[in-house]
Formats: sequence, structure tokens, C-alpha cells
Amino acid sequence: MALWKPDPTFYASPRDAVSAPPEGLAYVAAFDRTAAKPDAIAVLDVDPGSDAYGTVVGWTDMPYTGDELHHFGWNACSSALCPYSPHPHVERRYLIVPGLRSSRIYVIDTKDDPTAPKIIKTLEPGELAKRAGYSRPHTVHCGPEGLYLTALGGANGQDGPGGIALLDHTSFDVLGRWEVDRGPQYFAYDAWWHIAHDVLVTSEWGTPSMIEDGVVGELLLGRKYGHALHFWDLRKRRHVQTVDLGDEHQMALELRPAHDPTKQYGFAGVVVSVEDLSASVWLWHRDGDRWAATKVISIPAEPADAAALPPVIAPFGAVPPLITDIDLSVDDQWLYVSCWGTGELKRYDVSDPFHPVEAGSVRLGGITGRAPHPAAPDLPLAGGPQMVEVSRDGKRVYVTNSLYGAWDDQFYPDGVGAWMAKLDSTPEGFTLDERFFPHGDDFRGLRPHQTRLQGGDASSDSYCYP
Amino acid sequence: MKEGSLAALVALGAFHGLNPAMGWLFAVARGLQERSRALVLQSLPAIAAGHAASVGAVAVLVALTRSVVATQAVAIGGGVVLVGFGLWRLLSRRHFRWVGMRISLWQLAGWSFLMSSMHGAGLMLLPVLTAGAKAPAGHDHGLHASGSALSTGVFVTAVHTLSMFVVAGVIAVVVYEVAGLAVLRRAWFDLDRIWAAALIGAGTFSLFTAM
Repeated sequence: MALWKPDPTFYASPRDAVSAPPEGLAYVAAFDRTAAKPDAIAVLDVDPGSDAYGTVVGWTDMPYTGDELHHFGWNACSSALCPYSPHPHVERRYLIVPGLRSSRIYVIDTKDDPTAPKIIKTLEPGELAKRAGYSRPHTVHCGPEGLYLTALGGANGQDGPGGIALLDHTSFDVLGRWEVDRGPQYFAYDAWWHIAHDVLVTSEWGTPSMIEDGVVGELLLGRKYGHALHFWDLRKRRHVQTVDLGDEHQMALELRPAHDPTKQYGFAGVVVSVEDLSASVWLWHRDGDRWAATKVISIPAEPADAAALPPVIAPFGAVPPLITDIDLSVDDQWLYVSCWGTGELKRYDVSDPFHPVEAGSVRLGGITGRAPHPAAPDLPLAGGPQMVEVSRDGKRVYVTNSLYGAWDDQFYPDGVGAWMAKLDSTPEGFTLDERFFPHGDDFRGLRPHQTRLQGGDASSDSYCYP
Repeated sequence: MKEGSLAALVALGAFHGLNPAMGWLFAVARGLQERSRALVLQSLPAIAAGHAASVGAVAVLVALTRSVVATQAVAIGGGVVLVGFGLWRLLSRRHFRWVGMRISLWQLAGWSFLMSSMHGAGLMLLPVLTAGAKAPAGHDHGLHASGSALSTGVFVTAVHTLSMFVVAGVIAVVVYEVAGLAVLRRAWFDLDRIWAAALIGAGTFSLFTAM
């Protein structure tokens, strides 16, 4: 049943959204690498006043095994208030949860019992393949007129191209392929938009054959993974421009556009440069009528004894930072950068997006560092800060430690483990919350990936009004 | 045209103007995007024009039909259509779909036309249109009658749209200048359902008065 007044979690502008109340629950996708047990959505209590704070308080198991839950998103968000296709009386209550390996998509209802969400619909891989020609669904974004779902792979025997499928936001049926004219675009990964400018941006990882059994050294050194951003006309669904970051910059992944709808810039993280193993963050911006991208952050590799390194990077004698996720606060002031290789979460003040200023860093895990959490100082951690999620008010930052099953095993061959951490972020400081450290058996042997916060978070909503 | 009908036309115009989905919100969004009140004001006539085209099409069609078919038949037929459309609006979960914020004033008028038509804005005027003055006796058929029907249609559209335009304009300017969009969270009631109820009510009224 629709609501009489707009869903209270919808905000017209990012300025309003910053005043949203703190989240009470967090939803975390967790998967079983062995595909022996079902993957699950873990529900965590994130209310500091609660006795169960920092613990997993609910599980929703998937009915199958081997899905590899990864990213997911809400059925509706603040974009429902957009003036051209308004439907503010739908509820934010369903999580759209794709299985990255199985290509299955689950729709999960969080309303009746938020700590035990129920699966209400399962889209089989054949539906995505038949209607849109895609597989390996990845990122979900709630648009004003439907759900946008990026997919890494082609279907029906094709490895690519990957692209975007549109889903109906009431029935959740796959409506079809989004692209009318994809131009030279072949690789897919993330997609997001400047919604008030009718601009969509996509990034590039690789096709399923390039990633599903781990990163392929020859392809990486041969500079074959994605290294470009694509700009599209959101209304006409046409490719407008490719901005190549340079083929040494392998794997352009997360896209974080400014939330302010009057702005046309955003940040993209690049995993690794094959020239010096550094990682980088790029700013895309307008350059006259065209788009351009400028490298604004570069993080160098850290030298290490080859004997201490896993085979995949041992020949290089250094630990690459591996920027695998970034997240931008709703006020567009703070950018969080995950260095999953070195085990570091960096914070930058990006008030001037062309000149980020580092404003805090926390070490956790890392290929050689194995930095512990202050809540368990004797426990060396594997993995590193990976998926980052920021609360709407910008005060709390959540991280989980798994990247992607096959890649976890390459970079952390003795086991990536499972942990989640929370940081308190204020203008004065950026520190770990010692009360929040679910880890190990708390996750039942599953590896945690993306976090979604109840009511929305910094990477879930887009706004049509400044 | 009777005074009651005129009042009803104005009231329905105000009701349509009040609905954020009918356009004032789009005008505000365009203004906020460029920080320009002028853009808010420019957008409103385009939105009103699209609305007028949608309402006018129905008004003229009804008026012309009335000039050749008995009023009662028009009222009954229209009433049935109206109740059916209202039920569909009430029960269907489909939303109006449109993509794009950066559009010209012509496209904005087109958007408004589609939005109004999808919502059955013109249909809602049916009771007013069928309750209007009877065509003069002895001139039921022929050019004179259709000419007068046409002018009735135009008159109805003009009065209704003027009312819609004034209400939408006042709200747009007040929200842009003073109230701010945070008001949406509290004040944006689901007018679609009230709207559907109004359609069904108008259809029922039309049927009752005709029989």
C-alpha cells in the first residue's frame, strides 16, 4: 500500500538529507566462498544505545548456494521526489540483491520485520539474459522512473558487452537493455548519474572470463582490464564520450558523483597502475562542452620483502594499495578511500575537488601489515578496509573486508577472514569505534561485502533539488 | 454557463494547480537548478499551455459531440468512461514515466500535456461540460451550433487553465522564495488517490444528473 505522505526517508536535497536521523540497522551482503552454504543478508544493530550494538541480530538466508552476493540497493530513494516522474508515495522497503556469480536477483522485503527481511521474489538468470542480454548483475540504483542495474557480462554464451538493465520499480521485472547506442563501450562495472543534468557515467572492470577465476596476470600486465570512463545521455540512452585514463591505470571501479545536483563532477577510483603499482583517484569534470578526468590522488605502493608476499605480487617486491572502493559524504566534503592491499582507510577533505587534502587515516589488516582492531589488539587481521559506507549525516563510516571471492584468495591466500568496523568521522578526528567490531564466527563463516544502511546512505540516494 | 459551473471550473483548476505532479514542482526545480526566479516564471506558462491543450482537447470533443448527440447520451457515456478511468487510476500502480530534467520550454509543455492527459485532467471537467447551458433550440445541428460548442470548449479551457495557472504560480513562487522544498516531506499528500476519487465522483455525478 502506498503512503499518504512521502516516505520519510526521502529528502528533496542533499542539504536536507544530512539532517536525517541516525540509522538503527545495517544490512550487509555476506557470501560463502565454498558455495556449500547459502549466502545471506546479515542485519547488524548499529544503534549505540542498544544492548546488541555492533552485533549481527538477524539473518536472511538465500534459497540457493553459490550466488556470491556482492552489491545491492533499495527499490526507491530520494529520486522519487524528482519533478519529472514523481512518485513520492512509494516506500523504501525492498532491497534488490543480485548474485554476482549466479546472476540471480532477489527482492527482499525489510518492512514487516526489519531484522528478518523476507525474500518476496527471485529473478532467475534466464530472465536477465532473455530480456536484457546481460549476466553478472552488480550495482543497483533507484532512478525516478525505474531501477538501473549494471551487469558485468553478456548472456547467451557471450562474455560481453556488459551494460545496464532497466527493472520496473513496482513489479521488479526486467524491462530490457538500457542502452540504445552503446558506442565503443564494452566493459562495465559501476554506473551513476548527474540526474539533474541528464548525464550517466559508467566505469570498467572486465568481463566474467577476466575476473571469475581471479585476476589474470597476463591480462593485467598486458593492460587489458578497463581503464576508461563513459559518459552518456541519460535521457536518450546514448553514449556521448569516452574518457580514457591511460591504459596503465587498470580497473576504474567506483563512481561517486557530487550529490549537489547543480554540480557536474565526481570521483572514480582506479585499483592499480601497472607502471608503479600505485593506486589513484580521478576527478571527472566538465571541460567546456566535453568531459575530462584529472588524477587528484595518487597513493604509492609500499615496499615489502618478496617472501612475505602472496605469489600474485611477489615478483614486484611491494604491496600495491589497491583502491577498491571510495565513498563521498552526502555534503560532498569528505571522500573515503579504501586501500585494500595495504590495509588502510584514508579520509580526504575534498571541499576543493581538484585539490583533495588528506585528513585522517586508519590502518586495519593489510597484506603485510595485518593491523589489528583496537577492540582485539592481539588478533592480526587479514583483508583490509574494502566496501565503505557513510551515514547520511556523515558522522559514521562502516567498512567490511572482503573484495571478491576469487581475488580474496589470491591476495590473502591464508584466508581473508571476516570483519566489519565502524569509524567516527568529525571535522576534528577520524577514529575507530572500539565498541563496533563484529568478526570471525559472528559472520558464520561468510565473507561480508557491501553495507546498506536503513533509511539510506551516502551511496544510495540521488537528489533533483539543490 | 451557470454560476455553479463556473465556480466548479475554477475550483477544479485550483485543484489541478495545487498538485506538485502537475508542474509547479518542475518549475521550482528548474529555477533552483540555475538559481533563477526568472526560470521559474518562464516555466509556468509552458506548463499551463500543456495543461490547457490536454483539457481543451477533451472540452472541445465533448462540446462538439454534444452539438450532434443528445446531452444525456454524452453525459452517460462520459460518466461511464470517467468512472472506469478513475478506478484504473486508483488501482493501477503504474507511474507516469519520463526521463530528463534538461528540457526546453516546448518539451516542458509536452511533458505537461502528457502528465495532464495521463491523469485525466480534462475528463474531470465532464460534469461541468455536460451541465452547461443547453444548445439553443432549433439550432441543434449545423455550423452555428458547432461554432458555439467550440467557443464553449475554449471558454471552459481558458477559465480552468487560468485558475490552475494562478494557483500553481503562487505555490511555485512561495516555495521557491520562502517555504523551501523541505515542505514537501510534510505537505505532499498522495493527491493521485484523491484525484482518482475525484474522477470517480465526477463520473458518478455526471451519470446521476443525466438520468
